[in-house]
This record gives sequence, C-alpha cells and structure tokens, in this order.
Amino acid sequence: MKLEEIRRILDAEWSSGEPGRGGDREVRSCHASDLLSDVLTSCGVGSILLTGLTNAQVIRVAEISDFAAVCFVRGKKPQPEVAQLAEEMEIPLLVTHLSMFESCGRLYAKGLPGVNGAKENARCQTKK
Amino acid sequence: MSDKEVTKIQEMVYELLVGQVMTRKVISVMPSTPMGDLREILRVNRISGVPVVEDGRLVGIISLEDFMSWLTDGGPQCLVADRMTREVRSIYDDEPLVQAVNRLERLGFGRLPVLGRQTGAVVGVITKGDIINGLLQHLEVDYRNAEMRGARSSHLFEDIVADRSVLRLEYRVVGADFTQAGASASGLKTTLRRLGVDPQTTRRVAIATYEAEMNLIVFTPGGRITVEVRPEMIRLEVQDDGPGIPDIAKAMQPGFSTAPDWVRELGFGAGMGLPNIKKCADRMTVDSQVGKGTRIEIEILMEQQGESQRHSAEARA
Repeated sequence: MKLEEIRRILDAEWSSGEPGRGGDREVRSCHASDLLSDVLTSCGVGSILLTGLTNAQVIRVAEISDFAAVCFVRGKKPQPEVAQLAEEMEIPLLVTHLSMFESCGRLYAKGLPGVNGAKENARCQTKK
Repeated sequence: MSDKEVTKIQEMVYELLVGQVMTRKVISVMPSTPMGDLREILRVNRISGVPVVEDGRLVGIISLEDFMSWLTDGGPQCLVADRMTREVRSIYDDEPLVQAVNRLERLGFGRLPVLGRQTGAVVGVITKGDIINGLLQHLEVDYRNAEMRGARSSHLFEDIVADRSVLRLEYRVVGADFTQAGASASGLKTTLRRLGVDPQTTRRVAIATYEAEMNLIVFTPGGRITVEVRPEMIRLEVQDDGPGIPDIAKAMQPGFSTAPDWVRELGFGAGMGLPNIKKCADRMTVDSQVGKGTRIEIEILMEQQGESQRHSAEARA
C-alpha cells in the first residue's frame, strides 16, 4: 500500500518536509505502539509506525529499525526539532486526528497487515 | 547502446517471465457485448484490442481492425461473438519473455492474452510496450544496484592486505542526556551501511547499540561503546562506571525493569533492553559489579558467515 493511500485512509496531514514527499513509498505493514521498547523488538522494515508519542526517540527508533514512515495519532503535532530530525533521517511524518484504535481499524480493514503478519518478518528475526 | 547492454537485455528476456511484466488489469469484453459498445471501451482505455472472456475462459479476441472492418460493412447490429477472432494465440504467465517476443514477432500481433498455467484463466495481457517497460525497469534496478555497490566500500576488507584486519570505532555516551540519545546507534548504522555491511547485520547491530546506549543514558553517568568491525563479525563492547546490576539474571528477564517514571513516559523502560540486545546478538556476556560498573560484550556475525556458522553449529548439535 502506498503511503499516500494510507494518508487518505487516515485523513492525515503531512507533518515534515514538503507535503507529499515520500507519498509513493510502499508500506507493507503497520506497528501501533506507545512503547518504543516493543517497537524495537519487531521488524519495522517498510512498515508504518502509529504512535501517540511525539518525542525525538520515536524518530530514532524508526530510523534504527528501518521504518518507512511514522504517523502520530490524535492530532498531536511534533515539535519542530523532531520534524527536523525526521527530515534529516528521510522519514516521512503524518499526523491524523483519529484515535489509535480508529486508525488501526481503518488500515486493517483496507488490508494492511500488522508487523507480525508480514512475511518479511521471518527474514528480519534472524535469531530465534 | 553498447554491446554489453545488448547482452544484458538478451539475458533478461530469458530470465524474466511473462507474468513479471504483463499488465495485470485486464480489460475484457463478453461475447454478448454489442459491437457498437466496443468503440467506447477501446477509446476510454486507450487500447487497440481486447480479449473476449466468458466465465473466466478466453474464447476470442477482438481488435480495432475487426471494429473497422465492421464499420466498413456498415456497422450492422451484431455482437462481439459474431466478429471476433476465435482462434486466439495466448501465452502462459510462467513462460520466459523471449517466447512472448518471438510469438508477437512471428504472428505480427500487438498483444497476447496471458493465461495462468494452473487455472487456464486470463490473468493478464502482454504487449510490446509491456515488454519494453519491463526490460527498462529491470535494467534500471540493475543499474541502481551497480551504482550502490560502486558508492560504498564493501571491498574494504578485500583491499586490505593483512593477516588480520580490524576496524575500531568508538562512541562516547553522556548520561542523562536524552537529546543525543540514539545518535551513536544512528551514526554507527550510517557507517556500517557505507562500509557495505549487509542491511540485516547492520540493523541488528544498530538495535543492540541503541538499547545499550539507552541503558547508559538512563542508568549511568555515561560510558563508552567500542565497535570492532571484522570481516566475519561485528563486536561491541559497552562499558560504564555506573551503579552496576545487582542481579543480572533478573535484568535479562523480559519485562523486568528498574527504570524511573520519566523514562517510561518517553516510551522506554519496559524491561526489554537487555533481552532485546540478546535477541540481536549471536553471543553476549554481561559482567557487572555493584558500585563499580558494567561491561557488556556483544558479538554479531556477518549475515553470510552467521548463516553458515549457525548451520554448522546446528549440524554439530
């Protein structure tokens, strides 16, 4: 699913860089969490991170785990320095006014699997 | 175009399958479609012919040419079934592209319906345009990969002539400084990528480093992360003069945490730090003395070596 399609489904706004940049990125799955420790245990490659946290560590974690994009829920806009960091790391940011539950529900209904559902995960978790 | 590229394309028409380059969105008509509707279908979709499908089966094909000859006949009331070509040449999706090229050339057709080998149903259409696009796309991917290889120094260790070579990197982490948290892991990730370390290994090293870095920031006045990049593995050493870990076994349990509330508010402190490092590592040792500090050694094997060594270890077991 393209990021632009996700943006439409979530009725979200671009929150960093030029609006629309990265819209053609392919997003394979979704991880929704406010617990960054948990996010790090899953494989984010090509995934979108839905979260209510807006601190800089969200961007760091997304970058370290190769997430394709981050979307903040409940209309929380990140601080300028957080958006700046995302820009540097080339991670597109979205902000949706929807709740976490509603966001997940809409994406799941449109066929976007959870991170653990994506086939690619088997390749990522190299250690059993 | 140079000789080499021609060879590459020749190679690709044998490697690529029809199913990889065909157009999947098949516009088709039914035998019962009136001829009069055909013009609009061809015009709207900007195509010059469509397969005729009944119950998923290919029963014919009708082209702009058939439509024009129908017009020449005065456009009498009739159905697609009356004017279509019934002997349809098709191709299977698992045939190599070269078959499609040859067949289109030999028959002088503009398109071939593509059938699924198992089902026999129409799964796509292939045109000369699809073939050219498919080849160009694969050439571009090849070119981009070659460019990436050129840009990075994956040959680093191949270029070094020595009995043993180790690249040593050091990162200093300041305690309680959350603004810089993750910067070491991020910097290391970029460096490893530039060195041509495979993405898989790079990600594991980055996650382990990030967790270790977080531990230094949250629990200690600061410390040092030393990274040794060797041809066969990456070795991390994380050292601090912090308070130490009283019960290492407990700290290794997923979910056990002594993190303060302010750390939890940032989305950390779920008791997954050390377990997470362990998950990424091929080997890990934790050495700690209360009041003196902690030293963690982590070894992550390069993906290929890792695979083969793990396999041989499994074979021995």
